[in-house]
Amino acid sequence: MAMQIIQKKPESLTDKEFTYCPGCTHGITHRLVAEVLDELGIREKTVTVGPVGCSVFAYQFFNTDATVAAHGRAPAVATGIKRARPDLCVFTYQGDGDLAAIGTAEIMHAANRGEKITTIFINNAIYGMTGGQMAPTTLLGMKTTTTPYGRNSNNDGYPIHVSEIIKETKGVAYLARVKVNTPQDVQKAKKAIKKAFLAQLKGIGFGMVEVLSTCPTNWGLDPVAALKWLDEHMVPEYPLGVFVDKVGDEQ
Amino acid sequence: MAERVLVKGTEAIGEAAVRAGCRLFFGYPITPQNELPEYMSKRMPEVGGSFLQTESEVATINMVYGAACTGRRVMTSTSSPGFSLMQEGVSYMAGAELPAVLVNVVRGGPGLGDIQPAQGDYWQATKGGGHGDYKLIVLAPSTLQEAVDLIGLAFDLADEYRNPVIVLADGVIGQIMEPVTFPEFRDPDTLPKHDSWALQGAVGREKHVVTSFDIDPVVLEKMNFELVDKFERIESKEKRWEEYKLDDADVVITSFGTIGRISKSVVEKAREEGIKVGLFRPITLWPFPYERLEEIVKGKKLVLDVEMNMGQMLEDVKLAVKDNAPIAFYKRMGGMVPTPEEILNALKMELGR
Amino acid sequence: MTTRIIFAGFGGQGVMLMGQILSLAGMLEGKHVTWMPSYGPEMRGGTANCTVVMSDEEVASPVTEKAEVVVAMNIPSLLKFQDDVIPNGFLFINQSVIDRDSNRTDINVIKVPCNEIADELGNLKVSNMAMLGAVVGGTDIVSTDNLFKALEKKLGSKASMIEINKQAVMKGYELAKASLVK
Repeated sequence: MAMQIIQKKPESLTDKEFTYCPGCTHGITHRLVAEVLDELGIREKTVTVGPVGCSVFAYQFFNTDATVAAHGRAPAVATGIKRARPDLCVFTYQGDGDLAAIGTAEIMHAANRGEKITTIFINNAIYGMTGGQMAPTTLLGMKTTTTPYGRNSNNDGYPIHVSEIIKETKGVAYLARVKVNTPQDVQKAKKAIKKAFLAQLKGIGFGMVEVLSTCPTNWGLDPVAALKWLDEHMVPEYPLGVFVDKVGDEQ
Repeated sequence: MAERVLVKGTEAIGEAAVRAGCRLFFGYPITPQNELPEYMSKRMPEVGGSFLQTESEVATINMVYGAACTGRRVMTSTSSPGFSLMQEGVSYMAGAELPAVLVNVVRGGPGLGDIQPAQGDYWQATKGGGHGDYKLIVLAPSTLQEAVDLIGLAFDLADEYRNPVIVLADGVIGQIMEPVTFPEFRDPDTLPKHDSWALQGAVGREKHVVTSFDIDPVVLEKMNFELVDKFERIESKEKRWEEYKLDDADVVITSFGTIGRISKSVVEKAREEGIKVGLFRPITLWPFPYERLEEIVKGKKLVLDVEMNMGQMLEDVKLAVKDNAPIAFYKRMGGMVPTPEEILNALKMELGR
Repeated sequence: MTTRIIFAGFGGQGVMLMGQILSLAGMLEGKHVTWMPSYGPEMRGGTANCTVVMSDEEVASPVTEKAEVVVAMNIPSLLKFQDDVIPNGFLFINQSVIDRDSNRTDINVIKVPCNEIADELGNLKVSNMAMLGAVVGGTDIVSTDNLFKALEKKLGSKASMIEINKQAVMKGYELAKASLVK
């Protein structure tokens, strides 16, 4: 009797073991991106542009041609690749420090140009790699290693809503905020990610998915509590939804 | 023979790049080099290339990084403050071994400075500029024909060594007009494809990774050593310079770029007055032709280094000359360009005449 | 032989264009030539100027303190550059705008009523070409043949203007020849 494979690792992931902390949702999002690349059959024409931050090793995990951009510059690097080779599929994978602080100019202008690239934006409200400092997306009152008394708007300003800002730029073809802390949400997130790639593949414009993500290590919570914390604190500040959809329904 | 055409410096550089097979240009406006991106914005669509005006020099250099990842010929141009902004990306490109041509039309500094010709970016270009252990090949043209020729060479060297190459010009080179002869258009099929490493889609092969990064110090050191080997190879093979009337000279002027050509007039004027002067003009500022300069200055009465900066190449001149001849230095700064007459006067002062 | 020519005047008097057309003519003549626009402190004071260096050999310095020929299109330019002319050199003065004489007696001074010549031809815009014609007439630095070729190349898209520009050139040219005979 032949055995049937009902689940396997996507081809678009390498055999390299993830280096992420237990309970971190980077791994889920990596897998979703890889599944989408597989389903769209574009692994062999895709270039991954990794960031600086926890996902600096993304170039090792995705089984595609890949590079690592300087901190915040992934959309510019992706632009360079895409302008040189419009036939390739190019995506950036960036955290909130990378994209929403140091890389604000690059993401804004890539979106506004309608650059035909895709961006996966991981928002976990904290700097992970450098040790739990305040991110531009850190919630008010939230304690980090550089806001030991809690984020104070008077001193530190407010959590930045990148998607709400970017949705106003005309070059955006698909933009959604999702989360990946429940199985249902994971399925919804995958649909969004697929559309963000289709926005590029169909030549419509810039596609981005903001993924609300957990950081148990730097939040000081166990993995399950972190999933719950995300719902209780992140979602009220960063409401889920589809902000722009020029891709339309698939098939 | 190909036609001579009268062109502006920025245009000469742009067209030379097009002829060399450059089909990708990213740039941000900054004086005094704006005619170059303007020219490329008109020219790129004509030759099936891509031009993009970016949001900043920071974005520019990272787009150049991205384009270079695909193995295609790419160029940007800027002027001093803009080049400072690019340094992060330049360091990444050197680390990731990416070929590209970077034109810096140097202006007065530091800071905002002014928009006049200067040479104050010599150190930045030749000694690093960004972080980490790396070198860039630095070519300094003194005429427009030489600028045209060096642009072609810059692309070839960038490809051969997988390293960024700077063409260090200044506002004079950028703004003057001279007749030049352009080379024929490079056949795209003869350009290096870089199939062994470039990001072109992992079709039927293992994935390619281009990065300046490795978290493991053992591996990173190995990468560093490989870079050093490459830089040593470049040093042994790629030094270029011009010697002018040095055979019977008592005095050697050392200068580069625009001052290099102004110094030729000084040589002529000095000889009219019976002073035997010759010129040594480095064309590659890195690698600097130390050995040849050392050989030349033996037994000379004086070496006069002339620059539009506080004495940046002077340090390399001293390293080359050692104690073989006395060294004097004449400078202008802030965008002031010396005339041959004033350099000659300075020379005569040094000689006590 | 090397000839250095400084063209100076107000912005809008076509000073840069004069230099460029002469440079192009020089190139067509088979000479080495460099055109350089005003730089450094030269740019201050509301005068636009450019230097053309034409030579049988490769042009070394595009920068110069002295010149064989100075063309002054306005008073500030005359005051600024008349002392730079080498002895026995040429100073061309735009008589329509400059109401005074040069302080130099050791050089050839040629006065050109640029605006009047242009006005007579019916288009004030060609006054710089009258001056350029005078420069060529006075110095024979290039042939009128090559000057016309350069003019046509430079004005290519405005073919209708070529004839009147040529006429202005010839008027200036003849005037300079005549004033040298005197």
